[in-house]
Amino acid sequence: MSLLELKNVSKIYGPLKALDDISLKVEEGEWVAIMGPSGSGKSTMMNIISCLDKPSLGEVLLDGVDIAKESSKKLTEIRRDKIGLIFQQFHLVNYLTAVENVMVAQYYHSMPDEQEALEALERVGLKDRAKHLPSQLSGGEQQRVCIARALINHPEIILADEPTGNLDEANENIVLDLFQQLHDEGTTLIVVTHDPEVGEVAQRTVILNHGKIDREIINENFGKKKQEEQSNEA
Amino acid sequence: MFLRMVRGALFRQKGKMLMIAFTILLGASLATSMLNVMLDVGDKVNQELKAYGANITVVPKENSVIDDIYELEGENADEIKSAYLKEDELGKIKTIFWAFNIVDFAPFIDTTVNLNGSEVKLVGSWYNHHLSLPTGEELDTGVTSLRSWWDITDGEWADEQKDTNGVMVGTLLAQTQGIKAGDTITVSTKNATKNLKVVGIFDCGSDEDEQLYTTLDNAQELSNTDGLLSSIEVSALTTPDNELARKAAKDPSSLSIADYETWYCTAYASSICYQIQEVITDSVASPVRQVAESEGAIMEKTQLLMILITILSLVGSALGISNLVTASVMERSNELGLLKAIGAKDGAISALVLTEIMITALFGGAAGYFVGYGFAQIIGQTVFGSAIDMKPLVIPIVAVLIVVVTLFGSIPAIRTLLRMKPAEVLHGR
Repeated sequence: MSLLELKNVSKIYGPLKALDDISLKVEEGEWVAIMGPSGSGKSTMMNIISCLDKPSLGEVLLDGVDIAKESSKKLTEIRRDKIGLIFQQFHLVNYLTAVENVMVAQYYHSMPDEQEALEALERVGLKDRAKHLPSQLSGGEQQRVCIARALINHPEIILADEPTGNLDEANENIVLDLFQQLHDEGTTLIVVTHDPEVGEVAQRTVILNHGKIDREIINENFGKKKQEEQSNEA
Repeated sequence: MFLRMVRGALFRQKGKMLMIAFTILLGASLATSMLNVMLDVGDKVNQELKAYGANITVVPKENSVIDDIYELEGENADEIKSAYLKEDELGKIKTIFWAFNIVDFAPFIDTTVNLNGSEVKLVGSWYNHHLSLPTGEELDTGVTSLRSWWDITDGEWADEQKDTNGVMVGTLLAQTQGIKAGDTITVSTKNATKNLKVVGIFDCGSDEDEQLYTTLDNAQELSNTDGLLSSIEVSALTTPDNELARKAAKDPSSLSIADYETWYCTAYASSICYQIQEVITDSVASPVRQVAESEGAIMEKTQLLMILITILSLVGSALGISNLVTASVMERSNELGLLKAIGAKDGAISALVLTEIMITALFGGAAGYFVGYGFAQIIGQTVFGSAIDMKPLVIPIVAVLIVVVTLFGSIPAIRTLLRMKPAEVLHGR
């Protein structure tokens, strides 16, 4: 059974079909990039997969549960327990420090644990910035706090919406390395992006156009870059 | 974590929270000042109304009965009315349950004297008598304060210590007899003859303009009523009458024990009268209806006005809080949308926002209470020329009002919060 399966999903706003009869499967541990031009339905698809919105038609099976039929309260619980969200605009709480921003996700999930939150920040290379407010962090650092927050509850799936959209090249590489680590650990990743470089590093790229899946590309070079780096290091 | 979030919101968003606190401060200060003034205005207005004279008269029971049966008036009444009150019981008036509500009282003895061949009514009373009561209380009382509306057209108010043989003459009598301040007049009865020095001529627009006012001792000597009184006038702070007071005024024994205690322990004119009768032998105390009812009507209207101003100020405050909190929620929509996105339920976010607002309200309300107390003092000094007492009752009332107003004012913000869709706010739609 796939971790995530979309069956004939449509999202209709009046005369507009933002998603038009989409079907897609994502296996556990897979890294999928969703690409497409503006207005192709990427964000709509992301919102539906992340339980922030419901489809007008079709089924969305997450771990075998059709989330399209669940109540808002249940969707909140699913988001809390199974999904880690990463946003282009970071969306950190501006009056909380980096570590507190990570702990917020713990608080609404179970129990806040500052030590564990600090370890999550250490993993993204920000332990020394733990007591800084978002306004005192660079864009790349804020995105890494956002990733630490998404990871802290060990979600089954991480959804990233344009995670490198506001970052320079150096920070983009840091974020992609973090994604690679997560993938290596078996985390399922779905990344919505405009950036072909970000799309290329995924296992599979799904191209959307006018609310439909235009094509899917299997990245044959997936993992080779890493292998090359490892052999160079050896 | 909840407290860290609340603390972060309060201390790292000082500007917004100070604005909310300031709005609550304004509402709380208005409510505090109005409630303090409203609860104290009864005493203040009562004191102002004392300028209209006594509101209770005490007469001998026997004379009262004769009055009721024959409705006597004029000189004939004086001849028939032969009962008197005892002067040595006067001080007991200040020993009743409502002693502190008795702000003034004065004894009266009246008789008819011969002045230059004319029969004239002479009244003896205190001018500005100093009393040292058995309770230790010191009191200055007399006609000077009970007839404060008298216009002295010639001379001055008589002084009890200085003018032991002084007399005040009504303006009509002075005109007909050609009397002016500084003159000495001779008055006589079958008992005595006295030379009295005219200290002042007064104009009051009533029958008293044809009368003479002298000291109690002089009048008692002329009427041979040493130690006796015709009547006592009492000025008391009273509570407006209600059904219970009206029922009790007719017959206190008709009340149940509980009603009797309520009535006895409330400063109704009728209960004060009843208590005066208990201490003055063979007396009948009755309220001067017109004065008592006017006082009640003015008090009720003044208090109604204060209540309306208080309600309006609180409604204004609630609207202000509502706007500010709603604006604050809209401004924080990204943050609150994010909390929803990462798994916070509506109740948890509402609790967070409400806690922040209630803590802000607590500080704003506390500051507002003290500012309001200051406003009350300004109102007291400006309107009544005296301080407004701090009423402890106002504290819980204002606390409850602030909680209710803040919760009421937060309802639109909470509704906005519950309707907020994280997908829309996080994507800026």
